[in-house]
Amino acid sequence: MTMTALVPLPVVLALFGAGTTLMLSRRPRAQRFVTISILTAIAAIAAILLVEADRNGPQVLWVGGWASPLGIALVADRLAALMLLVSAVVTLLVLLYSLGQGMTGDSRKAPMSVYHPTFLVLVAGVSNAFLAGDLFNLFVSFEMLLFASYVLLTLGGTEARIRAGTIYVVVNMLSSALFLVSLAAVYAATGSLNLAQLSQRLGEVSDGTSLMLQLLLLTTFAIKAAVFPLSFWLPDSYPTAPAPVTAVFAGLLTKVGVYAILRVQVLLFPDSHLSDLLLWAALLTMVIGILGAIAQSDIKRMLSFTLVSHIGYMIFGIGLASAAGISGAIFYVAHHITIQTALFLVVGLIERRAGSTGLIRIGGLAALSPVLAILFFVPAMNLAGIPPMSGFIGKVGLLQAGIDDGSWLALVLVAGGTITSLLTLYAVAKTWSLAFWRTPEQAHEMMLALPGLEEGQEASDDKHEITRHGQHIHMAGTAFGTRELEEARRVIDSDAPDRDLYQRLADNSLPKRLPLSMVLPTTALIAFSLVLTVVAGPLFGFTDRAADDLLERTPYVHAVLGEDG
Amino acid sequence: MCTGPVGDPDRGDRVSANLTLIITASFMIGCGVYLILERSLTRVLVGLIMLGNGANLLFMVAGGPAGKPPIIGTAPTEEMADPLPQALVLTAIVIALGTTAFLLAMAHRSWQLNGNDDVQDDLEDAAIRQLAATDDVSDSHELSQEASAEEDAEEEVYEEEGAEQ
Repeated sequence: MTMTALVPLPVVLALFGAGTTLMLSRRPRAQRFVTISILTAIAAIAAILLVEADRNGPQVLWVGGWASPLGIALVADRLAALMLLVSAVVTLLVLLYSLGQGMTGDSRKAPMSVYHPTFLVLVAGVSNAFLAGDLFNLFVSFEMLLFASYVLLTLGGTEARIRAGTIYVVVNMLSSALFLVSLAAVYAATGSLNLAQLSQRLGEVSDGTSLMLQLLLLTTFAIKAAVFPLSFWLPDSYPTAPAPVTAVFAGLLTKVGVYAILRVQVLLFPDSHLSDLLLWAALLTMVIGILGAIAQSDIKRMLSFTLVSHIGYMIFGIGLASAAGISGAIFYVAHHITIQTALFLVVGLIERRAGSTGLIRIGGLAALSPVLAILFFVPAMNLAGIPPMSGFIGKVGLLQAGIDDGSWLALVLVAGGTITSLLTLYAVAKTWSLAFWRTPEQAHEMMLALPGLEEGQEASDDKHEITRHGQHIHMAGTAFGTRELEEARRVIDSDAPDRDLYQRLADNSLPKRLPLSMVLPTTALIAFSLVLTVVAGPLFGFTDRAADDLLERTPYVHAVLGEDG
Repeated sequence: MCTGPVGDPDRGDRVSANLTLIITASFMIGCGVYLILERSLTRVLVGLIMLGNGANLLFMVAGGPAGKPPIIGTAPTEEMADPLPQALVLTAIVIALGTTAFLLAMAHRSWQLNGNDDVQDDLEDAAIRQLAATDDVSDSHELSQEASAEEDAEEEVYEEEGAEQ
């Protein structure tokens, strides 16, 4: 009995759980028990795999017992195991949070029954993507996690979510088609899709062909990872989803894209001609992303833009293609998954407490709920890279790698990274002072001073042509139940201009306390991010070893194909 | 190096690309891209299906020339067709089926909600565009609320006004 038997479990258990929870859809308690225990088990398995991969090298399992190059390989090396562990911890905490929130904020049965299975399929897809040892398996895992994400993003089928979901689904289907094209091209050129075999054979392929394959794969993954020119879908689609869903998307899905870029770039194309291109993309992603964040007036959208912006840091590390750069990128991915998820969870708490996330409508949250203020402040400062937190350490690692590299482009990137860090601080500080520092009265007065408020209201009613008949509402030729429409309105009008925090406080329509079941997972996740700070030394040692393995390539190839491979 | 019927590195020599398949695939992908640029979700859907099927055809090109059925014992290994691309395409087709069904459901829901299935504009984006048009970028709190309920046409008018100022 070796540890390799554990390798497929994160995927198998999650899929098994998805089926079980679907059967248990009438029993919420049993569903919760199954989901929580499976996610805990996955986290434990990931931890074991991490130790095992660190001590004994990559753990490989050929699914179905096929002979070495024929079957489907699952590989848990240091990088994959670390990603697996961080994602398992994050998904577990997000699930606990969403239980506390009651999923989408209401207790209707329909969303309840699909939430657990879909969430587990998402986890299975993410785990499979990290473990995949061949490109087609990677494609299948992308499809798994994307399909789950389509369902989670459009949960409830309200107007705003359908609008956002449309863009998300179409963009991702396009990138899937592109992925298929690149797979066909890779197979035609090399006759294999196994990553280890490809790393040997791509060296024999002519330069032009290899460059084309690399560009195809990079474009595909850059769409998933939201790297600058391909990032526009993200701030458009993420913010409308329920808070825990946005949190897990922001934390994990883009990082799966980054992981794929890292894996392909280092393993398949070690002497890359495109490093400079990656560095330019990283610079533009960082700077343009953060400029977008500054312009936003909604916390969720602001965070979505910082998410895009900070993807640039990871691409920066990958583009440097040095051990220090790769190591910094891996550390930054681990840090950013935790911190970005934590921030979106906190935004969910803000939405619960203040009824809105629009900066023009809220204020005085620091006095209203000091706990919330601390929960926002710590990860926000961490995101901006204030010492001594992990954001600072990760950025220093990357900037140091850039300075070591010494080329003028790397130095430009170092400057760009520093500016981005400062602008991130500006963006979160602006959010802090508007949402937490000023009083609700000030916010209310400012909002009243806004021009064109009355006309806007009337225009919206005219446009929808709403008429009421008892329990039904007729809108644009279609009849709806009142409850359905109310839920739709709750999402669309979550920022309704006539109801800001000041008024809501006045008519007492807000919950007085935050549910502990939401605060605790958030606190736990923030604590986890602080633990990353405390163990930053050993963690950086680990990512250094992971980066060395990746750049050397032989540990991975030998583990998959055998010593003589 | 490990080799097998699938993993034969010299295989590239005997693959002669099938031009008909390539032209068909590129035609389908071209049509797909054109249709994706439409606003109506059903047309986008047809475009995505064409795009996906075009990509699937490329696997047929990648699989090399046709051969005997790849069942061990029925024919010599050299004469067999490469089974792997067909397995890949099958998987891709199944996935495409699921996604298509989901997108159809979304188009239907969009029609229920709006009376059409056009892809809608993002309201927050429109609000920020409006800010830029009125040159109010410095005061983040002066967000015009009109944005939350406006039509494209109104917005263009607004932008023109902004330009005149």
